[in-house]
Amino acid sequence: MSRLSSGSAASPLRGVAAITGVGETAYGRGPAERSSLALQLEAALAAVRDAGVDPRDIDGVIPSAAGTCIAEDLVENFGIRDLRFSATVPMGGASPVAALQTAQAVIAAGICRHVLLVLGRDGRAGNIGSRLRQTPQFRVVAEFETPLGAFAPVELYAPMARRHMLTYGTTSEDLAHIAVAMRHHASTHPNAVMRKPITVADHQASRMIAEPFRLLDCSLESHGAAAVLVSARDAARDGAKPPVPLLACAEGHPDSPSSITQRPDLTRLGLAKCAQRAFDLAGVGRADIDVAAIYDCFTWVVLCQLEDLGFCAKGEGGAFVRDGALQVGGRLPTNTHGGLLSQAHMAGMNHIVELTRQLRGEAANQVAGARVGLVTGYGDMGDGALAILGHA
Amino acid sequence: MSLQAIQSLDAQPYWDGLAETGADGAPAGRLLVQRCRSCGKHRHYPRPLCPACHSFKVDWVPPSGVGQVHSWTTVHRSALPAYAGREPFTLLTVDLPEGVRLMGRLVDAPEGLAPGRPVRVAVERGPDGVPQPVFHWA
Repeated sequence: MSRLSSGSAASPLRGVAAITGVGETAYGRGPAERSSLALQLEAALAAVRDAGVDPRDIDGVIPSAAGTCIAEDLVENFGIRDLRFSATVPMGGASPVAALQTAQAVIAAGICRHVLLVLGRDGRAGNIGSRLRQTPQFRVVAEFETPLGAFAPVELYAPMARRHMLTYGTTSEDLAHIAVAMRHHASTHPNAVMRKPITVADHQASRMIAEPFRLLDCSLESHGAAAVLVSARDAARDGAKPPVPLLACAEGHPDSPSSITQRPDLTRLGLAKCAQRAFDLAGVGRADIDVAAIYDCFTWVVLCQLEDLGFCAKGEGGAFVRDGALQVGGRLPTNTHGGLLSQAHMAGMNHIVELTRQLRGEAANQVAGARVGLVTGYGDMGDGALAILGHA
Repeated sequence: MSLQAIQSLDAQPYWDGLAETGADGAPAGRLLVQRCRSCGKHRHYPRPLCPACHSFKVDWVPPSGVGQVHSWTTVHRSALPAYAGREPFTLLTVDLPEGVRLMGRLVDAPEGLAPGRPVRVAVERGPDGVPQPVFHWA
């Protein structure tokens, strides 16, 4: 029984596709003992088996743009007989959620029935700044800003958070509440890397990296892999687990997408452009969201996205995240797996896995009765993506 | 890790301006930004096309040189070899009256750092040896 108005002009894509399988490896820190490819194949196989699908019947793949597991690898290792579609989505941490939109469109067009998304890393590829420098999306930063001393994402993103503080009075302590909530969830999740609970005081005592970001504002470098299978509605019916329908997917690109420095409003991400579109397409409102997975490479990125999603007004994110609002039992349980901040940095593929488990009712930190949820992605210089999933 | 400097063809006048020398060979670098020859709009970072009028025609001009602090970060640990050991340093995001922004290190003492405070851009040799825009209090 839907709690929602039936009069909205919901998208014809609504419910055309569903997540039918999810898979993950064990996550860890430091270099993995296995190759990035082997990790991704493990997660991908787990996702396909979770769905009860024969790996040879996968007919679409969207592997990570990092190129460590390409379509050819999946064909050769799974024995795929007739791969009909392959693509990568080059939006950094927004890629997995944006790839849900790609998968949905390809399924709606009748090209594919089972589209596999996979991402992973072995922890051996060097520091994040030098990795990103290789990507075209960092070309402008690499040429013009890295010589000035801005290299790692923490240095590039910090001026956005500072501007938010200057404009709206947001404080480092506000950000602490986000870190504490993620760690709180990780502390009771069996596949989280950082499980020792932290306090606001711990956050405030952690060392500065690039002001205003402290160590505990930053996500982890980790290894492992995660995968998601998206299937056509009719192909999802016979699955091993109840399918979780995609109600809406959308991606949004910020103004000045190659350069944060040149962006007119430093406190508005690409997500702001696509959030209302996704809610309209899904035919649900903010109050219908039972559980959220919000990309959390840095604490402030969560706060800004909560505003850009419309859960609170621009500038009110600091007040919104206090008082346990993001913890299970709070007003918007968020990143119940611990997120990138405390579970592992799987560029948000782990967020899709976790939200699927929540909406199946099988999560480690289950939100009672969760029916509708959303997952966001954030990447590169502020690319955004949003998917709304569940039963509405 | 060492980083190879990148100087793209589309931005060559920017790099050439920073590398200018005087008659005596002493450094005399100038910061140049693009101004559309068709519609007059400034743009930065360098790119081939004017996003306002889609003209390829461009002049490379020195901006007025005084701007206002828009935001900043102070880096406490850099992974860049040229900057390691120079922390903490403060990177400013600065509004120029031309409608573009600049990033650069504040080379003066950061006391009194506040939004809107005027700064003057200069071109000085960076830690990597390449001339770069930096800021002094105006």
